Amino acid sequence: MKRFFLSTAFFAVLVLLWEGVYRAKIWSPVLLPSPGQVVRYLESAAADGTLLKATVITMRRLVIGYLIGLLMGLPLGLLTARWKLFHDTIGTLALGLQTLPSVCWVPLALLWFGQTEAAMLFVVVMGTLWSVIIATETGVRNVPPIYRRAALTMGSKRLHMWFKVILPAALPFIVSGMKQGWAFAWRSLMAAEIFVTILTGFGLGQLLHYGRELSAMEQVIGIMIVIVVIGLLADKIFFSPIERFLHRRWGTSQA
Amino acid sequence: MLRAVRRLSSATEELQLIAPSKLAIENVSKSFRSASGPVLALDRVSVNVAEAEFVCLVGASGCGKTTLLNIIAGLEKPDSGMVRADGKPVTGPGRERLVMFQEPALFPWLDVFGNVLFGLKLKPNLTNRDRREVARYYLELVGLSRFEHANIHELSGGMKQRVSLARALAPNPRVLLMDEPFAALDALTREQLYGDIQEIWKARRKTIVFVTHNVREAACLGDRVLLFSPHPGRVQEEFVVNLPRPRDINSVDLAGHASRITKALKSVGQVGAVVAE
Repeated sequence: MKRFFLSTAFFAVLVLLWEGVYRAKIWSPVLLPSPGQVVRYLESAAADGTLLKATVITMRRLVIGYLIGLLMGLPLGLLTARWKLFHDTIGTLALGLQTLPSVCWVPLALLWFGQTEAAMLFVVVMGTLWSVIIATETGVRNVPPIYRRAALTMGSKRLHMWFKVILPAALPFIVSGMKQGWAFAWRSLMAAEIFVTILTGFGLGQLLHYGRELSAMEQVIGIMIVIVVIGLLADKIFFSPIERFLHRRWGTSQA
Repeated sequence: MLRAVRRLSSATEELQLIAPSKLAIENVSKSFRSASGPVLALDRVSVNVAEAEFVCLVGASGCGKTTLLNIIAGLEKPDSGMVRADGKPVTGPGRERLVMFQEPALFPWLDVFGNVLFGLKLKPNLTNRDRREVARYYLELVGLSRFEHANIHELSGGMKQRVSLARALAPNPRVLLMDEPFAALDALTREQLYGDIQEIWKARRKTIVFVTHNVREAACLGDRVLLFSPHPGRVQEEFVVNLPRPRDINSVDLAGHASRITKALKSVGQVGAVVAE
């Protein structure tokens, strides 16, 4: 409760500071709108449905692309951990491409897929995939051999060994890879949406872009806040509980 | 009602099922490559273990006793020779020969109960209710009923080894292979476990092969103690310990046996081995 109060107070002070700077008229109100103006924009965008629609479109692209990335990345990571051939080929490719900022996929995606949903999905998948492959492989390689041996003597083999021993043992690594993949995917999707107008759907990035085109700073800041809140919520709702469970089970943290 | 009764009885049956087994180790050799050339870890070792016998393997580190245990378990393959369990050649690991390792190889992603249940889930012909009942029985046997839902990292070293013991016992293996399971524990916990393991061994009539470098421990637990000599690994000498059970590790009679074995250990120049603590 005390932590919640302190956290709230901190953000209240931040907003007050912002309001103070606005009132001091250091910058033109065109460049720095007041908190009230931003809230009014968000209210109107929420009221006419544009905000919800854009959020749904963006989240749909993100979630679908992310799931595809996971579904491809997990098995590929297992293959690279299991067979040298895959390690030397796909593993090396993943290691290389992971160093490529995922924004760099946007021009290629545009040329290949044009201004379509497929281009958006492609960018998100590329953001997710390589991190997940590498984390899965690292996780599997770090499973202490004694777990395998113990499981072997109890009669575990093949699929049972993979699903009941190796995957759970590698879970801490895999989850951190999933988290990194999510962060990369989110960033690259925003970049792609700002870059590209797609007629099939108007995402948050595109709203942000048009805010700039129209010099509507309250829209730019408003959408930025929405993007931050979505990122925070994803962490708090999805990743935090998993990480708390892992910490509790493995005893890796007091939290 | 009828179904409930039948379920209950199948778990009871599972808990009362006693199936002793005998082991025959025939001319087993195994060598490893090391930086200084090949090392003969085991040189034509032959050992017979009778049904429900408790055999201890003693020797300095690196004398091949753990390798032999792994070969009996089916985790490693001998270069030549073979191991038979009940007359059938051992070709791989199997749940009728369970291993308890030196470090507790418990799974951190499962709680205590989940760990004990792991091997049971791989055993066919049991209902899930039976499995849970059997798991609870063994947790009670090792005195950890209250810690069913504890996480592994929350347990002390001794408790972890108790859970390992329960996990190894739960699928009711005929043979229990123990690789210095108590080496990392404090003296008091160890003494408790000596009592426990003798009780369980007697009640369940297991065949146990127990590897240790602690001579006193071997004399306390074993019907027979086999002394291994290193480079190449061989059975140097065999001691029969015919003291009444349960044995107290601090008894004078036991000390006599232990010192006999220690003397033999010293005569083969295994200074590194730990003499009775």
